[in-house]
Amino acid sequence: MKKSSKDDINIKPPKYKTSVGSKIFTVCNVIFMILFVTVTLYPVLNTLAISFNDGVDALRGGIYIWPRKWSLQNYITVLQKDNLLTGAYISVARTVLGTVLALAANALLAFIVSRKRFLFKNQLSLFWVITMYVNGGMIPVFLLYKNLHLTNSFWVYVIPGMVSAFNMLVMRTYMQGIPDSLEESAQLDGAGYMTIFARIISPLCKPVYATVALFIAVGQWNSWFDAMLYNRMSSQYTTLQYELMKLLSSVTNQSASAETMKNVANAVTPTSVRAAATIITMLPIVCLYPFLQRYFVAGLTIGGVKE
Amino acid sequence: MASKAEKVKSPVKKFDWKEFKRQKVLMIWAALFVIYGIIFCYLPLAGWVMGFQNYTPKNGLLHSEFIGLDKFRQLFSDTTFLRVIRNTLAMGVMNLVFTFVAAIGFAILLNEIVSKGGKKTVQTISYLPHFLSWIVVTGILHDILSGTGIVNELLLKAGILSQPLNFFAHPKYFWWIVAAANVWKETGWNAIIYLSAITSIDPCLYEAASIDGAGRWAKIRNIILPGIKPTIMILLLMNVGNVLNAGFEVQYLLGNGLVQSVSQTIDIYVLKWGISQNDFAIGTAAGIFKSFVSIILIVIANQIAKRSGEESLF
Repeated sequence: MKKSSKDDINIKPPKYKTSVGSKIFTVCNVIFMILFVTVTLYPVLNTLAISFNDGVDALRGGIYIWPRKWSLQNYITVLQKDNLLTGAYISVARTVLGTVLALAANALLAFIVSRKRFLFKNQLSLFWVITMYVNGGMIPVFLLYKNLHLTNSFWVYVIPGMVSAFNMLVMRTYMQGIPDSLEESAQLDGAGYMTIFARIISPLCKPVYATVALFIAVGQWNSWFDAMLYNRMSSQYTTLQYELMKLLSSVTNQSASAETMKNVANAVTPTSVRAAATIITMLPIVCLYPFLQRYFVAGLTIGGVKE
Repeated sequence: MASKAEKVKSPVKKFDWKEFKRQKVLMIWAALFVIYGIIFCYLPLAGWVMGFQNYTPKNGLLHSEFIGLDKFRQLFSDTTFLRVIRNTLAMGVMNLVFTFVAAIGFAILLNEIVSKGGKKTVQTISYLPHFLSWIVVTGILHDILSGTGIVNELLLKAGILSQPLNFFAHPKYFWWIVAAANVWKETGWNAIIYLSAITSIDPCLYEAASIDGAGRWAKIRNIILPGIKPTIMILLLMNVGNVLNAGFEVQYLLGNGLVQSVSQTIDIYVLKWGISQNDFAIGTAAGIFKSFVSIILIVIANQIAKRSGEESLF
């Protein structure tokens, strides 16, 4: 797995004799890849097209990847919904705060268990690895959070999931690869463990920190179940994904409410508004992930294989 | 320096108070992490007691009456629960098989693409669905499978259907829709690890095979597949234990009254009885059953892997 830290795309493709069979294979393979890309992208592009299309017009169908009757009304409607704005605000807050805290916690724990001289390194690792396989389940966890007064609060998004054994193991593997001599020479210079962690190890771990931060941030941004389970009663702590889910279920149930009547006046439909909300929800991640590709490719390889 | 380095290499055998004091800072943090872990990961396990109690919030864990396995008996005499187990297992296994085959197949085929730029573009696009939440994915699914959606349109044009079909109204399609959604979302992401495993295969093997006159298929069958077999085994082992966990979000979001009989999974059952109906005991019992089966599955898979001389987790 030595090559894994490099981008796995930059390798020489195997060379083949150009026999007829090989040519047919190449053509079929290229066709397959084009199909694959189409199937992957089409649903997203279709939603994008619907979100920019006039809502009532979209009901006629026949919109593929380009809007027929352009309209920004869907987005304007979404941006005027208070619950969606609150959701967006909370989603950003939980993603930022949750990522920073969880990254710090996982990094520190990984630092501790990757110290070769630490007396309880195996026990502490095992203590966390067990949590990957055994968990209390939905109900005991729910009751625990309730007793800790974490339900109906913002902190339920941030505090309980701070340490993840998987992320910790990914970081530990990376830190174990850093030469001990660095730690030793810093100690000779009188540095304590916290200084070594902050000044020596952390700067060297930037790539793995980026990987883990990306995993955590995506998880935070995309999670909705915690908002539904723990903060159903407190609309001030709703998240963007949960609001989107409510939009989705209102569309599938086709409920004719006062809301729907209001929408008709604006030439928007539940479907078109939801398309706009979907695009807004996926936008931050879709814009960012291509640039972070090399980090998660490397991180997944460390974590998956060594674990 | 040399003596210092040696000292580090020799592991500390006896308990060393001096060393303990030297590591005071680490110990304090480690203790904090243990406290955190006990509260958030181990304390809920104590809640399993509820599964054996006639639990009422008023009496709490300590004072509720113990009733032994009654709740489990009640659970297994409930035909809904038996159906729920079937659904969870069926969808879990279907997801596991299809996402595995799709990811491995995609990785092998992508590796055969010669153009570097093309390969990179396809791979970047293939990750996209992984980053979308299930809310977004199920919303999109509702759109493309709706009466005016692309799937119905294509089927109508091809003459397979005579009128639009509501896919979400027929139980027979549900499991396949869930499997397809999982394949769509995770194929590119899961392929990352196989691609890097393919990359680490010694290039000499290909050359040797070429000299022996092996074609592409022969190389895929005899070099690439054996080369990534250890990776496949490890991932399979890690995922077998998750078979029962793979059944919540999609099913909850896609399910509706019409397909209830095939869409409900153990987690949905727990949510319905435990949280919505406030029957904590029965919900916990169902949760215990799920954890129990998961652990058994991991252990069995691990044993099989060990026996057949493959890599194993522990």
